[in-house]
Amino acid sequence: MIKKNRDIYIIFSIFILFFIVNIVYLSLGWLDLWGNGLGIITGAAFTLAMYSFLYKDNPVFKIAENLFVGVAMGYWIVITWFNILKPDVFETLIVPIFKDTGKAPQFTILFPTLLGIFMLLRFSKKLAWLSRWSFAFIVGLGAGITIPNFIHAFILKQLTFDSLFSTSIPVSINNFLVLLGVVSVLIYFFFSVEHKGVVGGVSVIGVWFLMIAFGASFGYTVMARMSLLIGRIQFLIRDWLGLLQ
Amino acid sequence: MSIKMSRFFSLVISFTVVFSYAFPISAAGEKVLIAPTGFEAFDTPSDDGKSVSLRWTASPSASIDTEYVVFMSENKDGPFVTEALRINSLTMYEDNTHSRSHYAEVDPEKILSKESGRKNNKKEKAKHFFKLVITSGSSAMATKQIVSAFPEGDWFNWKKLNNFVLMVSFVALLLFFLNHAKKSPNLFIRKISGLDAIDEALGRATEMGKPALFVHGLNGMGSISTIAAVNILGRIAYRIAEYDTTLKVSNIDPIVMSVSQEVVKESYLEAGRPDAYVEDNIFLAASEQFPYVAAVSGIMVREKPATNFFMGYFYAESLILAETGANTGAIQIAATDSYTQLPFFITTCDYTLIGEELYAASAYLSREPLLLGSLRAQDVGKGVLIAALVIGTMLVTCGVGFVKYLFMAG
Repeated sequence: MIKKNRDIYIIFSIFILFFIVNIVYLSLGWLDLWGNGLGIITGAAFTLAMYSFLYKDNPVFKIAENLFVGVAMGYWIVITWFNILKPDVFETLIVPIFKDTGKAPQFTILFPTLLGIFMLLRFSKKLAWLSRWSFAFIVGLGAGITIPNFIHAFILKQLTFDSLFSTSIPVSINNFLVLLGVVSVLIYFFFSVEHKGVVGGVSVIGVWFLMIAFGASFGYTVMARMSLLIGRIQFLIRDWLGLLQ
Repeated sequence: MSIKMSRFFSLVISFTVVFSYAFPISAAGEKVLIAPTGFEAFDTPSDDGKSVSLRWTASPSASIDTEYVVFMSENKDGPFVTEALRINSLTMYEDNTHSRSHYAEVDPEKILSKESGRKNNKKEKAKHFFKLVITSGSSAMATKQIVSAFPEGDWFNWKKLNNFVLMVSFVALLLFFLNHAKKSPNLFIRKISGLDAIDEALGRATEMGKPALFVHGLNGMGSISTIAAVNILGRIAYRIAEYDTTLKVSNIDPIVMSVSQEVVKESYLEAGRPDAYVEDNIFLAASEQFPYVAAVSGIMVREKPATNFFMGYFYAESLILAETGANTGAIQIAATDSYTQLPFFITTCDYTLIGEELYAASAYLSREPLLLGSLRAQDVGKGVLIAALVIGTMLVTCGVGFVKYLFMAG
């Protein structure tokens, strides 16, 4: 109970502090409420609300989380209407049927539109089975498109042979390491052979290659995340508080 | 001093002589340009009928400050004012010609519509005429011949023949091993610790009386990793139904959600517990990446699932989700073929299925002969690739170069 009260006091104090800072900034004219000030204050409030999760789950985070989810869903619906349904179905199929627009209705769109409607039939217990046709179409189409691209990008692109020996010793070593790495990692992913003896030894080399690659990727990505954090902190201390010019 | 000066002047003079020989300068101070030869235009082979290929022999006067410009017209007599291509004369060499020939593909219809700002709605395609010019500053030299080509679509993309052959071979291999698996159903499959841990994780959830949370990746049903994840979900749901535990499945894609609902429902039915199936437990958490993170993190913190499964293709959200789950003390099992996110799962989850282990998971869990047969076919396919890689490299090292083109990606 004491801990809960302490959390409420902390959240309330931060809220009051945030309110006072903004009032001071607005009254001194450092933030223009009707210019970009309202956007900056809202952005700062939500940034702090999301970061408050680092302390623990709290009502402010819950508000921000639900708003975030709701806004994203609303945005997604609008985007779907304006980018897909309106140009591809409404304007090319429905409007030309009822109105002379100088364009013939595109009846070929009926088939994908029907598949889309079938998905909505999940709400009906009697007709819900029709939605499986749409799913089957999507999974089949997806696999059909993906598999040739997969062969192209992950098999053929890797099968570009190069001479092991080059005029430069580092390049020769690199060529050898690439070959060893690819072969040993592929052997690690053998499932129908027990990883013992020679296969076990080579697959251990493969694991080493994988871990070195993951380590490099980890470091690289963490640095990218740091730059995102710096971007947010810059927003707070430069755009909102104006402490950094 | 005088010796040094004379050496310097002789160096300057010899440099000037060599330079003027290499780059002829006209009397007016402009470079003398030699027109390129062997200019030809032809329909691009194995394409969809939109592009025309251009090829010509490099001009002796090509240098860093010269450019090739190809003008286009719809009439043989011109005017040739529409620029179809402009490149530096030291770029776009044709492969394997050792910088002797240039090669470029242009899309005439696109260039014309861009030029006039109109879209060509004509069904019939016209012949296009091209003129090649080499330019340097204000001087220019055009080839004598005007070449033409008519873009036509091809039924087959022969550049992808190796892709097709590989696919057919693999399908044949697959069918063979499926047949083999029917005859001898107990095919060996090596131990995968992450999958063995699923039972342990579900048992823990049952003992603790807390739910298991299955988090789908961000890709839709067209992605192979999502299909694999849905297969694993089916096996997990079957065990969950047997253990009488609660399973929650968070989704970002409504289609994946609907498929997941069907799969979980089937699994509950198969386990003889259709009454235990709750449709609302397979839900759409959010429709965008970071709202999804916020929503799933919130669920983890509030409901404190005993087990978290992260399966599918993940992006930047992986670390936030897995770190939040680790803080709640849940057993975490991740499976993804997103190699950029694997390091984050490895550091924050108890078990991680790397890449192809995700695809093998459904065969491993179900031990169905057909799936085991397909897994065996995959292994044989990998063996063939390893052999091709080693033999190909050895042959190229020994100077046998033709193997380079056998597997060239078209």
